[in-house]
Amino acid sequence: MNGQILIRKAGPGLSVQDLGRVGQTHIGLSRGGAADRLALYEAAALLGLSAPIAAIEMAAIGGDFEVTQPTRIALTGAAMRASIDSHPVVWSASHLLQPGQILRIGAAMRGVYGYLSFAGGIEIMPRLGSRATHLSAGLGAALTAGARLPLGADNALETGARVLHCDNRFEGGTLRYISGPQTELFDTVTRARFDQTRFTRSPSGNRQGVALDFEDTKFPAQAPDGLASDFIQEGDIQMTGAGHPFVLLAECQTIGGYPRIGTVLDCDIPKIAQAPAGAPLRFTHVTLAEADRIAATQANLLQNLRRQTTDLIRDPRMIPDLLAYQLISGVTAGRDLEE
Amino acid sequence: MTVEDALLPPSAGPQDAQILPLGQDGILVRFALRAEPWATSAAQAFYDTARAAPLPHMREIVPSLTSVLFRFDATKITRAESARQIGELLSGRDWQAAMPQPAKRIWRIPAAFGGENGPDLEAAAKLAGLSPHAAIEMITSTPLRVLAIGFAPGQPYLGLLPQQWDLPRMQSLNPQVPKGAIAVAVRQLVLFSNASPTGWRQIARTGFAPFRPDAESAVPLRAGDALHLVPVSGDDLTGLLASGDPAGGAICEAQT
Repeated sequence: MNGQILIRKAGPGLSVQDLGRVGQTHIGLSRGGAADRLALYEAAALLGLSAPIAAIEMAAIGGDFEVTQPTRIALTGAAMRASIDSHPVVWSASHLLQPGQILRIGAAMRGVYGYLSFAGGIEIMPRLGSRATHLSAGLGAALTAGARLPLGADNALETGARVLHCDNRFEGGTLRYISGPQTELFDTVTRARFDQTRFTRSPSGNRQGVALDFEDTKFPAQAPDGLASDFIQEGDIQMTGAGHPFVLLAECQTIGGYPRIGTVLDCDIPKIAQAPAGAPLRFTHVTLAEADRIAATQANLLQNLRRQTTDLIRDPRMIPDLLAYQLISGVTAGRDLEE
Repeated sequence: MTVEDALLPPSAGPQDAQILPLGQDGILVRFALRAEPWATSAAQAFYDTARAAPLPHMREIVPSLTSVLFRFDATKITRAESARQIGELLSGRDWQAAMPQPAKRIWRIPAAFGGENGPDLEAAAKLAGLSPHAAIEMITSTPLRVLAIGFAPGQPYLGLLPQQWDLPRMQSLNPQVPKGAIAVAVRQLVLFSNASPTGWRQIARTGFAPFRPDAESAVPLRAGDALHLVPVSGDDLTGLLASGDPAGGAICEAQT
């Protein structure tokens, strides 16, 4: 049976996002999808799903949500103030949401992008192989108050709430990057200085990319006049103007003309996407061999996250309908035990 | 030799194709840093070669102005092996003299030049040393190829125009050109998918929509297609825009 998700109130940056569209470079469409893809893997781990699914991405502020049929939800990514019928609920955890209850999600307390996932799935029609809203391509649109989304059935409602203790990726830090096609357009002195500079995340940024602020000299390339536009991608560190770094995110363009000093590793993208304005950021160069070794450790990401989830122990005083719960039971749906 | 060395040959001269890393699953073959005619031809010809080659673990092979991008499936093939296969395709041919295969399709796309549809035509023509009339004549008689699709979805880079069209981008951005705008710089034309700011000069406009997300074929143009712009009056373009035809009166002939 299919139900609906009702969006009663909406912050300005709400959109449906999944892992995006791969393999569309030939039509000029960047991958897009969640700015912080790790948050979708965390949601899948919390909900016991076999793969990440489409969620509502919330930039800086959430909204009020209802559902017309019961479903488990997961709250991941940037921690936001959240409550169900005015009872605060834990972030980075799964919860049960019943029809008639209001899930209220407020402002991010740290980080930028929060994610609201529904175990039954957001069943909008995929376009070009994905449900992700790609605003700059004109695929889909931001979600506004009054919007309704089709909600699939959650067939494992009895699965208990889970919580995941994730590493802090919401306050900036060090980003590892590899050389790219234009790294050698920057002289070794400029490259060394880039690795030593303390940057902060500029207030200017969106799903296409974020600018970095710094106090010292710019980072110019020795590019020839008429440098041909070439392929660019998420993670690329491009030098706009006369050498002002800008890190490309999920919804970037596919071809660009600014020189790029390198590419941030996929697994470090969440750290730059989630860095709030003013957060400290640094870059450290790694070899391709090192990058490949790091990528190999990400191969079983979902299973590894799954193992890190634990039962959410709730304060019984916070449970309004305590007597409705099966309090002694060793029965599970089974799916949460598969490894 | 380390993987880093294999991908970044330190001794590669300006005439050699370079095999370069792009992200964790990408390898870029670049023929030149500037969009010189030989490099543009070489990129198209190498794309033809790569597409015809048995490369089962490449998820994507895509041409750009002077380069070809390969995305390998890192679960099936290593970066080093991918680079080796690509290097094999490159070897034994003089890419400076390579010509792309003849186009399989030819597009004829109506476009209105000058006036409100091409506010920068006079300035661009002057920089190219031509009258507006001669500029239109030269651009519409140049056989263009789709050199790359990108920046925005479906958006074609067309070229190359004769040398005198090697115009720099404008100092200040044109705040917004409309969907369908045709703009010129660096011997190339771009046909805009959506309204956009640009540093290129808008010389014409068409009703042709390069990106149709809900159509069966979302992007009608393909890299390598041949393309002619067919001059029409401003009134004709107004009619084509009003008709709602996403092709804007364009026709496509398959070549046998």
